[in-house]
Amino acid sequence: MHPAIPIYLVSMSGIHNIKTQFKSFLIEIGELSYFTARFFKEVFKRPFELKELLRQCYYMGNRSLFLVAITGFIIGLVLTLQTRPTLQEFGAVSWMPSMVGISIVREIGPIITALVCAGRIGSGIGAELGSMRVTEQIDAMEVSGTNPFKYLVATRVLAVTLMLPLLVFFGDAIALFGSYLVESVKGDVSFTLYFTQVFNSLEFGDIVPATIKSIFFGLAIGLVGSFKGYYCKKGTAGVGKAANSAVVFTSLLLFIIDFIAVFVTDIFYDL
Amino acid sequence: MMDKKNIPNQEIVLEIKDLRKSFGDNHVLNGFNMQLHQGENLVIMGKSGSGKSVMIKCLVGLLEADSGSISVMKNDITKLDQEALDILRADIGFLFQGSALYDSMTVRENLEFPLRRHKQKNSLDTDINELVAEALENVGLANTQDLMPSELSGGMKRRIALARTLILKPKIILYDEPTSGLDPITAKEIIMLMQEVQQKYGTSSLIITHDIDCARVIADQMILLIDGIDYAVGTFQELSASKDPKIKAFFK
Ligand SMILES: Nc1ncnc2c1ncn2[C@@H]1O[C@H](COP(=O)(O)OP(=O)(O)O)[C@@H](O)[C@H]1O
Ligand SMILES: [Mg+2]
Repeated sequence: MHPAIPIYLVSMSGIHNIKTQFKSFLIEIGELSYFTARFFKEVFKRPFELKELLRQCYYMGNRSLFLVAITGFIIGLVLTLQTRPTLQEFGAVSWMPSMVGISIVREIGPIITALVCAGRIGSGIGAELGSMRVTEQIDAMEVSGTNPFKYLVATRVLAVTLMLPLLVFFGDAIALFGSYLVESVKGDVSFTLYFTQVFNSLEFGDIVPATIKSIFFGLAIGLVGSFKGYYCKKGTAGVGKAANSAVVFTSLLLFIIDFIAVFVTDIFYDL
Repeated sequence: MMDKKNIPNQEIVLEIKDLRKSFGDNHVLNGFNMQLHQGENLVIMGKSGSGKSVMIKCLVGLLEADSGSISVMKNDITKLDQEALDILRADIGFLFQGSALYDSMTVRENLEFPLRRHKQKNSLDTDINELVAEALENVGLANTQDLMPSELSGGMKRRIALARTLILKPKIILYDEPTSGLDPITAKEIIMLMQEVQQKYGTSSLIITHDIDCARVIADQMILLIDGIDYAVGTFQELSASKDPKIKAFFK
C-alpha cells in the first residue's frame, strides 16, 4: 500500500494548477498585445507587399468558402426547423423571416463563420509560420533583407481581417437561403416574400455592429495564428502545438470579443 | 590540391571578440574569439549543442549578443540600424543547416527572393532571368526552375540553397553544417561545389561542421569551439597532432 495522499494536498495542487494556468494566460495576453502593437506599427510602413496580400486573400477565401457555406446552410435550416413549432403554437409563423434574419445577421452568422475560420485559417497560419520558423525559413528571409514580420505576419493578418466580413456576409446569405428552403416547403412562402420580410426587419443598426464585430474577429484570428506560429518552439512537436493552441486561444478570444461587442452595442442602443 | 595561400597577411573581413550569449541559465558562449581573413576557409568544429549556430546567428544579427564585439568588414554589427544591417547582409551569404528553402515557392521564386530587396546591388539592366540561370548553372541544376522544394532530394535542396546564397555574389559565405544529413557521396559533391565557388568568386568562408573529412579537405585554419570558447586554433595538421584529450576526441 502506498501512503494515502492527504486530501488537502490534492485540492491545493489543483488550485495551484489553475493559478499557474491563469498566470500563463495573462502572460500570453501581454505578449499578444505587444505583438498586436508591432502589427499596427509595421502594417502602415512601406513596402506594402501587395502581391503577397492579394495572394493570401485569395488563398484564405478560397480555402474556407465551402466550409462556411455548408455550416451556414445547416445552421439556417436547423434554426428554422426548431423554431417553427414554438412560433406555430403562438400563431406567429409569419414572424419567422424577421426572427431568423435578425438572429443570423446579428449573432449566429458572425460567430459561426469566425469559429469555422479559426479552425481553418487560424490553424493554417499557425502551422505554416511555425514550420517556417522551425526550418529557419524566417531567418533566411531576414538575412536576405526582407522583414519577415511585414512579409509574412502583416499580410496574413490583414488578409483575414479583410476577408472575414466578406465571408460572414456570404455565410449569412447561405444561412438565410437554408431557412427559406424550410419555409417554402413547410409554409409555402415565396422567395420574394421571404426575403422582403427579412430585409424589412433588418436595420442599419443590425448590420453595422455585426460587420465591425466581424472585422475584430478576423483580426483576432490572424493575430493569434501568426503569434503562435511566429514564436513557435523548435521541433516538429512545436508546429502541432502552435496550430492547436492557435485554435483554442482564438476560439476563447472570439467569445470574449463577442461579449464585449454585444455589451457596447447595447449601450449605443440605449443612448 | 589547393595552393597554399599566404592568408594571415590578408585583411580581416570578420572578427569576433569576447562574444558572450546565454539563454537564461544556459551559458552557451562564454567569450568566443575568431578572425576570418580575406580568401580564407575557416572551419569551426564543435559538438552538437555547443553553440555553433548561435555564434553564426549572432554574426548576422539574427540573435543579439549579450556582450562582445562583432565586426563585419570593419562595421560593428551590434551598432548598426536595421537599414545599414540589411545593406551589409547583402555581402554575407548564409547557408542554413537544413537548407531553409521557402517551401511555398518554386525554385525560381526562391532564387529571386533575395533580389527583391537587394536589387540596387546589381546594375538595373542585368536581367533577373540571367542571374537565376547563372546561379542554377553554378550548382549544376539548370533545369529545376519550376520545381517545388518538396520535389527535390536532400542534396538538390542543399545545392539550390547554395545557389540562392550565391545569387547576390556575397563576399563572405557562412555555411552552417553544409554536409549534415547528406550521404557521404553527396556530401563530397557539396564540398567540391564549395571549393569551386571559392575559386570562382574569391569569397571568404566560415564553415561550421562536425564532418572531419570536410574539415580536412577545405580548412585553411580551424577553431575548436569547446565550452563556449575558442578552445584551440590552428591548421588541420597542427590540431590533429595535439595531445590534449579534448582536442583528440574530434580526430578520433
Ligand atoms: N533561440 C533559442 N532559445 C533558447 N535556447 C537556444 C536558442 N537557440 C539555441 N539555444 C540553445 O543553445 C545551445 C546551442 O545551440 P546551437 O547553437 O544550435 O548548437 P549547435 O552547436 O549544434 O549548432 C543549445 O543548448 C540550444 O538549446
Ligand atoms: Mg547548429
